[in-house]
Amino acid sequence: MRLYVDNSKCSGCNACRVACSLNLFGENNPKKAALVIEPQFPAPGVYNVKVCTQCGDCAAVCPTEAIKQDEQGAYYVDFAECNLCEACVPECPEEVMFIRSKLADTAWKCDLCGDCVAVCGTSALWIAEKEAVAA
Amino acid sequence: MNGYGGRILRVNLTNGTVTKEPTPPDVARDFIGGRGFGIYFLLKEVPKGADPLGPENKLIISSGPISGLMIPGGGKCDWTTKAPLTGGYASASMGGHFTAEMRYAGLDSIVLEGISPKPVYLFIDDDKIELRDASDLWGKATFAVEKQFKEKLGEEFQVAVIGVGGENLVPYACINHDYGRQAGRGGVGAVMGSKKVKAIVVHGTKSIPVADMDAYRKAGMALYKACKDSEGLKDWTRYGTTIVVSWCDEVGALPTRNFSAGSFEDGKNLYGPVMREKIVITDKGCFGCPSPCGKYSRNKKYNSYVEGPEYETIGLMGSNLGIDDIEAVAQANLLCDDLGIDTISAGNVIGWAMECYEKGIFTKKDTGGLDLKFGNVEATFTLIDKIAHREGFGALLAEGVKRASKKVGKGSEKFAIHVKGMEQSAYATHNATAMLLAYMTCDVGAHHNRAWAITYDLQVGREKVVPEKVARVIWLQNFRPMFDVLGGCRLQWVELGIDRDLYVPALEAITGIHRSWEDLDKVGERLWNLTRLFWARENEGFGRAWDMPSPRFYEEAPKSGATKGQITKIEDVNRLLDMYYEQRGWTSDGLPKPETIESLGLKAVVA
Repeated sequence: MRLYVDNSKCSGCNACRVACSLNLFGENNPKKAALVIEPQFPAPGVYNVKVCTQCGDCAAVCPTEAIKQDEQGAYYVDFAECNLCEACVPECPEEVMFIRSKLADTAWKCDLCGDCVAVCGTSALWIAEKEAVAA
Repeated sequence: MNGYGGRILRVNLTNGTVTKEPTPPDVARDFIGGRGFGIYFLLKEVPKGADPLGPENKLIISSGPISGLMIPGGGKCDWTTKAPLTGGYASASMGGHFTAEMRYAGLDSIVLEGISPKPVYLFIDDDKIELRDASDLWGKATFAVEKQFKEKLGEEFQVAVIGVGGENLVPYACINHDYGRQAGRGGVGAVMGSKKVKAIVVHGTKSIPVADMDAYRKAGMALYKACKDSEGLKDWTRYGTTIVVSWCDEVGALPTRNFSAGSFEDGKNLYGPVMREKIVITDKGCFGCPSPCGKYSRNKKYNSYVEGPEYETIGLMGSNLGIDDIEAVAQANLLCDDLGIDTISAGNVIGWAMECYEKGIFTKKDTGGLDLKFGNVEATFTLIDKIAHREGFGALLAEGVKRASKKVGKGSEKFAIHVKGMEQSAYATHNATAMLLAYMTCDVGAHHNRAWAITYDLQVGREKVVPEKVARVIWLQNFRPMFDVLGGCRLQWVELGIDRDLYVPALEAITGIHRSWEDLDKVGERLWNLTRLFWARENEGFGRAWDMPSPRFYEEAPKSGATKGQITKIEDVNRLLDMYYEQRGWTSDGLPKPETIESLGLKAVVA
């Protein structure tokens, strides 16, 4: 399973990012979210959304094995075991592996909790089996 | 303090100092946030008789307790000040992402005080707060300035900026944000311009504390679910506010040729589906919104991009000017945004000027050679530019329709469509008595959003003048602005029809204080009375005469359209006011009685 996005449906509202930070950290803080919305305004007037594909490249390079897989196949960061070495960040092809040491003493990423999907009013986000592109 | 950033930022522009003070807990308890904070600080801190464009006036920018949280529509920012347009109270609500970012920087309100000796911008990056030189930005258009900041500082920064309209103190200048969201009405942009503040940029990385995290997340999810389950979600998201253009045209509420009628013979070219098909490319949402009404457009005819136009702009820059080309309306919208003037006031005053021209009150000699007939698109574009720059004929229209018509005279005051000096927004009210009363008594002047009562008129009989209608207007006026107090948007309740009780557990979980809607409506009633007292304090002789609508709605019936031959009798206008004042606990001259002030617990606030 993985998270999918249809950029053309995103309205840039950021509800997903607040829901994400609440799930990951129990905080209202979209700067600690695991997905990115890049507004491209005034032209061409679209949002570019980056989400985790659960490819596992981050886990493969993690020297402390802090990035683990849960029963549904989602990779998540075990905060207690992350040592902020940053090896994972450049490996992420989607640029959604995060370290902001001023904000948290751990790396973080999408754990496929689905809260972003629950709050997305325009159905731009959904979770499906890998390779199944349509919602 | 749960539910709050906990700090008020004071910016003294005269001295160039910035200081933070704790948000007073009793003010948070009694006034909650947003508009509530705005009127509290305005009454307490702006001295009686302050020049709206002078150093004593303040611009009070406030978020609310649901701003920036996982609550649908928590993206509204309140801008309160003494209005240069009306000399009374102004509170403009701005969507987008600015209010959320203020909260992530730990700020509940920003209070701009004094006047800077030179152009500056306010830079906020968490606790790094500075006034910086803006000499190189002065004179620049809003989109260019926002883009410059975003490129320099990054997309996480949010930008609010004035255009040349604000710099030139046009009394209906607006403040722009997120390439298409505005604090639009009453001249908040002129106040910012008078203070020589070109822009405010804000970025924050703090978390907003709440009282009960689990209950808040549950309540937030329940609100989003209700929105997503709503039957209205699909169409509202597709068309946004333009969904009402066709309805207004059909029922005679679409302002046409300076409100001389309520239906436009070419109105179909401006309907929501036509616009969607022709120019809309992206649904653009404010912070946290599940039902984005922002329609972002690619305008091929003019090779431009613009957010909108929304209903109000279509009404005022379209049908009200006899223009039936949606791309022309979109371009007029863009020009106003980029120059920083309110599309509603600008469209209204240009409509008045066109009527003057067609009646021979103005000739080409007056208009600087412009052939100001209804429907002239190029003349409209030219005038928007001249208004913002206060050039030639534009300088007269830049005064606003009340002052301009008073200067010109020749009977033109009778078709200057305003209340208290604020140009009426886009509902023609020849025969819609609740909506007419809503405009007459609105706390900022003739604006629609406090009590959008026109559907109620249609439900119960539009010409009826009965106490129930007046009660409905009062209830809406108390209740709807509470969303501006909470720092959120009312449209999930209005358009998606979600149960307003769903907000009650959310607000309690956020702030730790239980408030039922009965309690919140009471807060709304207190604020409504306070704004009335502000008007009375600032304007000698303030009273009933200030609530009168344009004579157009009681003297001149439309000659065409759905309201052809229909009018509200002057006796009914007065009966509406009598009933309204009585139900409000106000005198027959429209002032809150001492016992009303007492019973609402407001004596200390206005002392």
